[in-house]
Amino acid sequence: MIPVNYYLILSGVLFSAGAVGVLIRRNSLVIFMSIELMLNAANLAFVAFAKMHSANPAVVHNGQIFVFFVMTVAAAEVAVGLALIVAIFRKKQSIDVDQLNQLKG
Amino acid sequence: MTGELILFFVLALIAVTTAVGMLVSKNAVYAALYLVLNFATVAIFYLMLGSPFIALSQVTVYGGAIMVLFLFVIMLLGAENIQAEITLQKAWPAIVLTVALLGLMIWMAATQVPVVGLSAESTLADAAPQPLAFSLFSTYLLPFEITSFLLLVAMIGAIVLTKQDKKGSGK
Repeated sequence: MIPVNYYLILSGVLFSAGAVGVLIRRNSLVIFMSIELMLNAANLAFVAFAKMHSANPAVVHNGQIFVFFVMTVAAAEVAVGLALIVAIFRKKQSIDVDQLNQLKG
Repeated sequence: MTGELILFFVLALIAVTTAVGMLVSKNAVYAALYLVLNFATVAIFYLMLGSPFIALSQVTVYGGAIMVLFLFVIMLLGAENIQAEITLQKAWPAIVLTVALLGLMIWMAATQVPVVGLSAESTLADAAPQPLAFSLFSTYLLPFEITSFLLLVAMIGAIVLTKQDKKGSGK
């Protein structure tokens, strides 16, 4: 038996790693991957809670269904986001987020 | 220590190591490959938590489709070695804040959540995908249909964004 808390702590560690990646990396592709890592950490917590409440028939599959929707939104987000990165790269020949400062007043 | 716990800690170690490896690797291709390994490990966690449908979706959607798209774009742009300058002077506020967040999350998980043991074994009836599909197509039918619309919009958006401007490049 593995306590649900262990899964939540692991989820928190993965989420923090993703947050650090978003904050300190400057390569927009790696930033994007870090966002995927954070979504994945949240999914792990969802599935752990779904298992924790699997004895309750009213909510038994809600956690897994949320994960399903998160995955769908992540797939759509990646498609649009990578298209944006490709478009920006064509314009500026760079994907460094520090150089995307044209809107800065 | 039981076999389940040993399996958990080994997998958790792999997951954390690959996440940190993704953070620090200079080459974007290595970062993507670390992330594939991380997704595979999390898929095994989903199997241990008795949700094989989610585990296999994880492998096909994340490990397959999304990461292939990432690798494709990295190689298309030739962006493998674009240097990501990580200067510690710039990064320390972010790291301090994230460590504080991590501490808060660990405290919450350790004290605010009841300690419930989750067995890594599940019966075939628990793990079967039919009840999940029933719930998806009854209670959650409207969100499910909206998802299909979202994917259509994302597909059209990606095509429009990456379309070459004929007038601009023709001259």
